[in-house]
Amino acid sequence: MIHLVPRSQSSLAWQFATPLLAVLATMLTGGLLFWVMGHDPVAAIRTIFWDPLFGPASSYSRPQLLVKAAPLILIASGLAIGFRAGIWNIGAEGQYIIGGITGAAVALAAYPAEGMWIFPAMVLAGALGGWAWGMVPAMLRNWCGASEILVSLMLVYVAQRVAAWMAFGPMKNPEGMGFPGSRNLQQYPPASNPDLIAGTGAHWGVVAAALAVLAAWFLMSRHIRGFHIRAAGIAPRAARFAGVRPATLVAFCLGVSGALAGMAGLFEVAGPAGQISPGFGSGYGFTAIIVAFLGRLHPLGILLAGLLLALTYIGGELAQLMMQLPAASVQVFQGMLLFFLLGFDLLTRYRIARRVAA
Amino acid sequence: MNRRQLMASVAALSAVTLAQPSWAQEEPLKVGFIYVGPVADGGWTYQHDQGRLAIEAEYGDRVQTTYLENVPEGTDAERALTQLALAGNDVIYATSFGYMDAVINVAAKFPDVKFEHNTGYKRAENVGTYDGRFYEGRAVMGTIAGRMTESNKIGYIATFPIPEVLQGINSAYLHAKKVNPDVEMRVVWAYTWFDPAKEADAATALMAEGVDVILQHTNSTAPLAQLQQAGKIGFGQASDMSAFAPSPRVSAVVNNWGAHYVKSIGRVLEGTWQPEAVWGGIGDGIVAIGEITEAVPAEVKAEAEALRDAIAAGEYHPFTGPLNKADGSAWLAEGEVAKDEDLSGMNFYVEGITAEIPQ
Repeated sequence: MIHLVPRSQSSLAWQFATPLLAVLATMLTGGLLFWVMGHDPVAAIRTIFWDPLFGPASSYSRPQLLVKAAPLILIASGLAIGFRAGIWNIGAEGQYIIGGITGAAVALAAYPAEGMWIFPAMVLAGALGGWAWGMVPAMLRNWCGASEILVSLMLVYVAQRVAAWMAFGPMKNPEGMGFPGSRNLQQYPPASNPDLIAGTGAHWGVVAAALAVLAAWFLMSRHIRGFHIRAAGIAPRAARFAGVRPATLVAFCLGVSGALAGMAGLFEVAGPAGQISPGFGSGYGFTAIIVAFLGRLHPLGILLAGLLLALTYIGGELAQLMMQLPAASVQVFQGMLLFFLLGFDLLTRYRIARRVAA
Repeated sequence: MNRRQLMASVAALSAVTLAQPSWAQEEPLKVGFIYVGPVADGGWTYQHDQGRLAIEAEYGDRVQTTYLENVPEGTDAERALTQLALAGNDVIYATSFGYMDAVINVAAKFPDVKFEHNTGYKRAENVGTYDGRFYEGRAVMGTIAGRMTESNKIGYIATFPIPEVLQGINSAYLHAKKVNPDVEMRVVWAYTWFDPAKEADAATALMAEGVDVILQHTNSTAPLAQLQQAGKIGFGQASDMSAFAPSPRVSAVVNNWGAHYVKSIGRVLEGTWQPEAVWGGIGDGIVAIGEITEAVPAEVKAEAEALRDAIAAGEYHPFTGPLNKADGSAWLAEGEVAKDEDLSGMNFYVEGITAEIPQ
């Protein structure tokens, strides 16, 4: 009989080994899946994992990794802080959408003015919008005891309707022939968020994501508030004796993660997306939850997890393009990767033991 | 990414392609598509993919087609289009309105690649647009609806208040009214192109108001399933939806993009392709009328087919004056035909529809 024995301390070696094992297992089972479907498994795996980084068109796809990963990392860094404290913000998608809208609102109100102040004001407005959207579940939890999980999730759907309303109503491009969608901010230089160095993919959102990783690391391992957050997550009662006020912590965590998600939305609307459209918000806020857990709620882990997820997106697209793999099989492949990562994660906290049946 | 890097990647990529042994005397023309939904959606994307297959059937070895499905509008579209261009596609079709700005951006970086954008209005030296005059099909459906309704209430499941949808509502209403002066039009805004649950709700709500014939602009078969249970009738949308024939589906407006794709690729092969604004209707084959079933009386069928043929031959325009707008102001004078610019920016109901257009 095989059974699991809890480790007294989680194994450091396994913490490093499990992601590699998971990637290997995904390659094997994914390869098997592609082979059964009649495709060359080695070529498929190479197209997904290798070609975006070193393939013939990689000078294009490498910068695109940053573009895809930046919002994920920015949002996940904020979410992880709350998750460590046991405060579950599931509604980053809504905060992302609202941040995009409030940020774009500044730009559209300023149009066609010129000025260096416009972009910083947009970033501020985006962060404030996301923060305010995050404060709703925080206040409802602090004042009425409402679950922040449900409230933040439900507010995603409200935010989606607000985006549709904006695209059809107040923010509709007056020169857009009656079609929905705001002006394209890429065509309004003071408000646009292009690559800082052309061709690198590195727009301000990438810079912000890098800063967020550093700040989150500093907060969690060097600052007293980080200690409070970790304490509240592990032992809430003990934390209270140590002087942690739960209400403050709830407001702080939802506020910070909301503001970061709002900023991510702003960088996206001013950069790669370009405009508020009825479907603004393409699931980054939900995917970031996966990134946060994949990165074990650690800032550095989140950085790597965000890049890995971006790689499977772009590699998956290449596999569709070059080998005509169906989009659904690529999604199954991505799902497998998460499944194995979380599955093998067990080995960091438990070890496998053999026992002769009694 | 600057131009030189792009060119370097293109060169590297074509070196790879050239290194492979080739038996064909001529390199096939590479044609790429991006789809907003999955190929198996049975509606919008399915019909575009049928068009892709029509190109392959017509030109065989002379073309090689690929597609990317499920590409969201916005950020991902620009990358997907660039990947298609970098993979050496000579012609790229972008099959959703929301790809518009991405197409313009990518086309500027690849001047030698020809792009065509479906349903948009921005063009460039290497970007054309193409769309269907679906209001022509709605005129035929409206005629059938006006004749078939017993409650004199017909319904329309609308998607979003954009010109194409308003053209459809107005055209259907005008032609129902023409054959049945007592007809009333009820409109429900579903705010989706494809959502079976919402579409079913919309159909139920319309029937609760006494509507017994429903036209839909949304792409799922859910409204037809509701109509079937209630014993009422409706029409196929985008694809033929013949699984619901002969009733509740009594006819359909079919998006037949293959008619355009075959012509467009033919021009590329001849070297005569130009960036155009194609807006084709029944006469061009882009809008097809699905078979009118035996659930419709023979004289109504004949009347609808006569209208279809008159539109196809260019003898009749569905928006011919005298016509007023819903606010009572004059739009078209006696015998005047709507101009394309007016139609493509349509933001009003015609006189007789009493609802408000949501803003």
